[in-house]
Amino acid sequence: MEVAKEAGIEVNRGIVVNDYMETSIPDVYAVGECAEHRGTVYGLVAPHRDQGTVLAKHLCGVETQAYTGSILSTKLKVSEVDVFSAGAFRDTEDTRALRVQDEWNGIYKKMVLQDDQVVGGVLFGDTSDAAFMQKLIKEKSPMTEEIYQKWTGHGGSGSSSGVEQLTAEDQVCDCNGVTKGTILATMQEKGLTSFNEVKRHTKAGGSCGGCKPLVEQIIQGEMGDNYDPDAESHTPICDCTELSRDEVVEAIRSKHLTMVRETMNVLDWKNDEGCPKCRPALNYYLGMVWPKEHEDERVSRVVNEQRNANIQNDGTYSVIPRMYGGVTSPEELRKIAEVAEKYNVRMVKMTGGQRINLLGVQKSDLPKIWEELGMPSGHAYAKALRTVKTCVGSDFCRFGTQDSIQLGIDMEKAYEGLSTPHKVKMSVSACPRNCAESGIKDVGVVGVEGGWELYVGGNAGVNLRGGDLLCKVDTEAEVLEVTSAFLQFYRETAAYWERTSMWIENIGLEKVKAAVVEDLENRKRLVNRLEEALEKREEPWGKDVNDAKTRTTWYKEPELETTTKQ
Amino acid sequence: MEAITIGKIADFPKQMGRVVHVAGMELAVFRLSTDQFRILENRCPHRGGPLAEGIVSGKYVFCPLHEWKISTLDGNVQEPDEGCVQVFQAKVEGENVQIMLDKTTPMTQ
Repeated sequence: MEVAKEAGIEVNRGIVVNDYMETSIPDVYAVGECAEHRGTVYGLVAPHRDQGTVLAKHLCGVETQAYTGSILSTKLKVSEVDVFSAGAFRDTEDTRALRVQDEWNGIYKKMVLQDDQVVGGVLFGDTSDAAFMQKLIKEKSPMTEEIYQKWTGHGGSGSSSGVEQLTAEDQVCDCNGVTKGTILATMQEKGLTSFNEVKRHTKAGGSCGGCKPLVEQIIQGEMGDNYDPDAESHTPICDCTELSRDEVVEAIRSKHLTMVRETMNVLDWKNDEGCPKCRPALNYYLGMVWPKEHEDERVSRVVNEQRNANIQNDGTYSVIPRMYGGVTSPEELRKIAEVAEKYNVRMVKMTGGQRINLLGVQKSDLPKIWEELGMPSGHAYAKALRTVKTCVGSDFCRFGTQDSIQLGIDMEKAYEGLSTPHKVKMSVSACPRNCAESGIKDVGVVGVEGGWELYVGGNAGVNLRGGDLLCKVDTEAEVLEVTSAFLQFYRETAAYWERTSMWIENIGLEKVKAAVVEDLENRKRLVNRLEEALEKREEPWGKDVNDAKTRTTWYKEPELETTTKQ
Repeated sequence: MEAITIGKIADFPKQMGRVVHVAGMELAVFRLSTDQFRILENRCPHRGGPLAEGIVSGKYVFCPLHEWKISTLDGNVQEPDEGCVQVFQAKVEGENVQIMLDKTTPMTQ
């Protein structure tokens, strides 16, 4: 300091430097405890390292960002109590603070806000939110309801402390049996940094996807400040390409691609013949973009859709015939009973969507059963409209305000066989008692006095979610029109394998409302495009039953049996 | 080695698997897009899934139950899963597709 002063360099509390550590005299620099930067003299090592990095780059002529100061943070243990502080944690006239004091657990947390921006904070007793808080301060993050909930522990189920409490043995992905320990070990061994990489190497989050937020939090916890959430938003559709869903669909449109193989070729797929993830997705996107030109490619369909039946764990299949609105008849039931006996069906079971399931059918018996039933496919195996569940309604029910059964039948007939990004379940209830559970369907309709309410994006499965009220309409015709527009908007903007519940969270209800409800011109255009897509529908069971070559190729095995003995 | 005919080329559509029964074994026969034939035991080492029903991509088949990726070349299960499926030598003789069986090898079951 004395030396500097004598040399005529500007000195205040320390040697005054600018953002490139230059003093007031050219070619003389200062870093460390002697330097004063923007009025601050830093006494900790971390800021000195930051200053050194900037100076070194500057001296070497390497491009560098200016040094704009460091956020001071310290994590200490004082008398066996964890303490953490960061940024400007003292109260001033311009600041407000959010405090959580929990004497039962010995925890004190304080977050300091200036103009509603997070500028500092203190953690005492529990420092698990340290990384989170530091990130907020670094990003000068404005205070939000989400941050508030996370901070105070009110509402919001996805707090990071939940993940931190898991032990290495705790199972995170229940589909594939992947533990937290496996995820962390694989991350370290292979240097993984993103959800997609972790999914590829461990299978965590790769089946139903329900644990994805948990896996992401584990990755975030492990990587701390180095975690880049933006890297996750660009998700390649599979390991065969770096392209995202939107990029692929855009290329299909702009380059006028109409075949799966052609698409993989033109877009430089890493695997010539794709994989079970991308091939069905491409086949869907091609059909969605070019409903008239695209020829459906059966070898690129998922296994269940290739056989028009659900494969079971023992290699047998299940048969679920269509029953519009869940309504059947003694005649249909008789046929089903006869078929079930004749083909030794292992079990006859009701489905969750008001249908009858014949389980344990041999593949070679499938076309015979379909032929003898003479009923259309229930598409229970397909990414398509599955069922429209209905309550009894005004036909019989003393509370029913609307004819839910008839509307359900009409809807099911309108959309059966339409291919969609993922399965679509609907229901119609005749009154707000909602016996058909319209609040947890992709499209749920509820009859009210003088009209119908439409709920969308509901889900009772992996991603439990109550549907959002899309709109209220007066007539059955309007229900069908809005549903058509909604389905087409979903078809055009969702990723393959993405249920409406996930899609609506990503795209936002407001956008859906604007496109489907408010903009009447756009609604009309969506409906027209949906009708174009519906034109190509064929009833799959009847089609296969009447095609001898298809029956041999896809269903008939024993012909190839050899009797040669060893 | 003994060659046993298991069908005609035309019986096997491209990029698909079909089941044949030979010497008490259930086998999955694949005709790859390159017209090469591959024969594997029709049983995934994971949960016994019927491989013949799986999606075929290049030289790999994906089990229809949980998408385990298996090489039709050597029967090895690909990462991140582990395991191995028995493979058999296939041969095309004129129009016939044949399996080569070693007489001295005792067959399972």
